[in-house]
Amino acid sequence: MSDIPEHLLRRSAEAKAKALGIPVEQVLAEMTGEAPVTAMDAGDQPKVETVEAVPQTPAETSMPVAQDAPQTDAAVEVAAEEQAEATAAGPADGAGGEIDYEAAAAKAGMPASLLQRSVEAKAKASGASAAQVLAEMLGEEAPSAPPATAPAPESAPAASTPEPEPTADAVSADVIDMPPAAAAPAPATSAPAASAQPPATGGATAVAARPIAQPEAVPEGVRTQRLLTVVKANAIQQVKAEPTDKVSTWPHLMIMEFAVLLGVTALLIVLSVILQAPLLESANFTATPNPSKAPWYFLGLQELLSYFDPQIAGVTVPTIIGLVGFMAIPYVDKNPSNKPSDRKFAIFMYTFFMMGSATLTILGVLFRGPGFNFTYPWVDGIFFDDLKDWVNFE
Amino acid sequence: MANGIVDKVKEQATSIWGKVHGSQVAESILRPGSPFKKGYSDTPRNRSYVIMNNVLYHLHPVKVKRHGVRLSYTLCLGGISFFLFILLTITGIFLMFYYAPTAEAAYVDVEALSTSVAFGSLVRNMHRWGAHLMVLSVFLHMSRVFYHGAYKPPREFNWVVGVILLLLTLLLSFTGYLLPWDQLALWAVTVGTNMAGFVPVFGDQVKFALLGSVEVTGDTILRWYVLHVLAFPFIIVIFMAVHFWRVRKDGGISGPL
Repeated sequence: MSDIPEHLLRRSAEAKAKALGIPVEQVLAEMTGEAPVTAMDAGDQPKVETVEAVPQTPAETSMPVAQDAPQTDAAVEVAAEEQAEATAAGPADGAGGEIDYEAAAAKAGMPASLLQRSVEAKAKASGASAAQVLAEMLGEEAPSAPPATAPAPESAPAASTPEPEPTADAVSADVIDMPPAAAAPAPATSAPAASAQPPATGGATAVAARPIAQPEAVPEGVRTQRLLTVVKANAIQQVKAEPTDKVSTWPHLMIMEFAVLLGVTALLIVLSVILQAPLLESANFTATPNPSKAPWYFLGLQELLSYFDPQIAGVTVPTIIGLVGFMAIPYVDKNPSNKPSDRKFAIFMYTFFMMGSATLTILGVLFRGPGFNFTYPWVDGIFFDDLKDWVNFE
Repeated sequence: MANGIVDKVKEQATSIWGKVHGSQVAESILRPGSPFKKGYSDTPRNRSYVIMNNVLYHLHPVKVKRHGVRLSYTLCLGGISFFLFILLTITGIFLMFYYAPTAEAAYVDVEALSTSVAFGSLVRNMHRWGAHLMVLSVFLHMSRVFYHGAYKPPREFNWVVGVILLLLTLLLSFTGYLLPWDQLALWAVTVGTNMAGFVPVFGDQVKFALLGSVEVTGDTILRWYVLHVLAFPFIIVIFMAVHFWRVRKDGGISGPL
């Protein structure tokens, strides 16, 4: 709660107070937890609260997950036995009669409907009875391995399926009949179909060596899935973004833009009515005007050219500093802050550069006369054709 | 008597307008949530639809940060630059109708524009001053972005695109400078391209490619005309599209400070 900015909290409280018809102070007190919440608006709490109120799915009591797949020999044995049991049980008794999901849910600490769905799905997939699955889930029996009869989905990590080689003596014969997806280190990318009928190349040798049986337990048309993991509600609903203060683009921004648009158009029309664009006599290659000046945005450069060697001023400065240097700014300035007080050096450099350019440009525009020599505009006038028709110091 | 007629006319007008406004044609033109649609009401949902159901959705998100809306934050300089570009396109198309890019015709055409074309002088003035204003506003926009530190991650690349846009703006302005083909144009461009000739190693080649000759000639007009009305606008529009798109993808307007 405390990480919501003051003004946002205030605005939210005012809106809420207006909607409920109660004083703002009361709402504020409620929101900051100093007073009990007004009865009717439990669902109207700020987001952060809602997140915390979400019932937590207990991962501890949930079904065994892929990463829990047994790695030790003993565990593999258990898994294999469970497997055999499940295979033998068959899907016939999947419904499992009446099961008290309410009581089980209370015990597991999760909603009854969710528990029921997950138990039924697992029972259907593994072929065990629902009661048995439920009992396992509630920890009354040793947790079973993931139902390996399922043709593993393509993404299922092959590494997590138990490697049966070391336990081959300990398990009964029908375990060997497990589908190859579980019985052999299938190539990681193999699709279920591919593991059932292994290609005759490379890593498939191990599979080909033992008898292959089609999974019998899974009835035709049943889509079997393994539960890989249960994600806690918190993990996916955590609100990471800071609450930001936003307004609708329409009308707030659009109105502003439209006003600016009209203002610019009006300014340009007025400017164009008052000031005539220069048009001198026709181009004449034989009559070089004195001085010859570039457009104003290049006049700073022209000014530089009068001080330095053209190789430096004409090329090196504009291309290195003007282009490459400017493009490189974000990669050179590693300071992450955008507060002016934290970036005094950067601001000084930029301002210095801009002031320098402006000074050179103004010198070039106003203070350069015939022969590009220094003149004072208030003495000799302006030698810049874009300006001279409408700026007059005399 | 007179009042009665006025009322009747008003009534008729309202009824006709209602039919036009609610007609299938109007309904088909205006998408749901348009503020011009019949029965529009100012609700939060419709405020979102105004942007979402509009081509403007390519430019603006539905909501923007509150501080970004304040005129004092951006001074709308990027928007002004873009809008000036649009104005320059419109006035430029108008000017193209009356201009032939040859050494013989160019100056005569520009002169005739001021004397014998309706609004010709005004449109030419708007085009010229608008171009200067655009160079200025692009510079100021860059400065505003710098002082807000708005080029910092994740916006580094958009700053680079911005510098390219500044360069293209200068090139557009400079190529347009030659087209009136008066003494000012000729010699300003001569000075400018002489600077390009100082490029080390292949300076002369750069200058030759720019001018289509060793110095400014009639051929240069055609070359710069094509660059000015077609090539550079085409390139700058592409970069502007990337620039605007990146503004949104990089998290909208920067700040607050």
